[in-house]
Amino acid sequence: MSDTKRFLYVNRKAPYGTIYALESLEVVLIGAAFEQDVALAFVDDGVYQLTKGQDTTGIGVKNFSPTYKALGDYDVNKIYVEKESLEARGLTLDDLMPLKYEDEDDDWAEKDSIHVVSSKELSEIMDQSDVVLSF
Amino acid sequence: VKLSVQINEGPYTHAASDTAYQFTKAALEKGHEIFRVFFYHDGVNNGTRFTTPPQDDRNLVNLWSELAEKHNLDLVVCVAAAQRRGIVDPDEAKRNGKDGDNIAPGFRISGLGQLIEAGIQSDRLVVFGD
Repeated sequence: MSDTKRFLYVNRKAPYGTIYALESLEVVLIGAAFEQDVALAFVDDGVYQLTKGQDTTGIGVKNFSPTYKALGDYDVNKIYVEKESLEARGLTLDDLMPLKYEDEDDDWAEKDSIHVVSSKELSEIMDQSDVVLSF
Repeated sequence: VKLSVQINEGPYTHAASDTAYQFTKAALEKGHEIFRVFFYHDGVNNGTRFTTPPQDDRNLVNLWSELAEKHNLDLVVCVAAAQRRGIVDPDEAKRNGKDGDNIAPGFRISGLGQLIEAGIQSDRLVVFGD
C-alpha cells in the first residue's frame, strides 16, 4: 500500500470501567504495522489512561498501562493530551507516565512523545487528520 | 464516494447499529460504494444469528444480513472483540474448542487490520456508537 494517511486515535474514556481504552490500544498496535502517519489524542476522562501508578489489584482487571510505554517502539510518538482536560481534573504533565521514543533522524536521541496542547490546537490537529477514530 | 462504516455498539441497547444501518442503506441507494462495514467493541453482537427479538420488533441482525446479500456488502466482525464476547464462526469454534457457532449469514470474522485498511482505502470512515 503506497498511500499514507494521517490517522488520529481520540481516547475519551477512563482506562477502566469500560473496555474502550483497552480496545483502542489494540487498534493502535495493529495499526502501527500499516506504516501510516499515526497520532493519539487524549481528552476528557481519557487523560486518566496515561496517569502514573495505576493499580488494578482491587478490581480484578488487568492493568494494561505499561503497554503505552511500548508505543515509542512502534513508531507511535505523537501523543497529544488536551490541556483543558488535565486542568479540569487537577492533573499536570507530572501526573502522567513519561512516554519516550528514540528519534532515528536525530542520532536516536530520546525524546518525549507527549505534547500537552490546547483544545484549539487539538481541533487543528483533528482538522489535519484524514482518519479520526474515537474511542 | 467510497465509504466505510464502523459500528461500536450492539443492537437494541444503543441506536448506533440502527443508525448505521439506515445510513448504509441510504448511501447505497444514493449510489455510493460501501467498501466495508466493521463491527468493533460490543458492535460484534450485531453478528450473532441467535438474536431473537419479539416478532413485532425489527430484527437488526437479519436486516444487516439481508442488506449484505442484496448489495454484496463486506460485514467484518473483529476477531479479538468477538472472542471476548462469544461471537464464533465454524473455524473459530474449532480452534477454540467450542461446541457451536453463532455467526450470522453475510458476516465474517477477521482482524483489526481490516479496520485500518478500510480507513486507508475509503474516502470517509464513518463511526457509529460511543
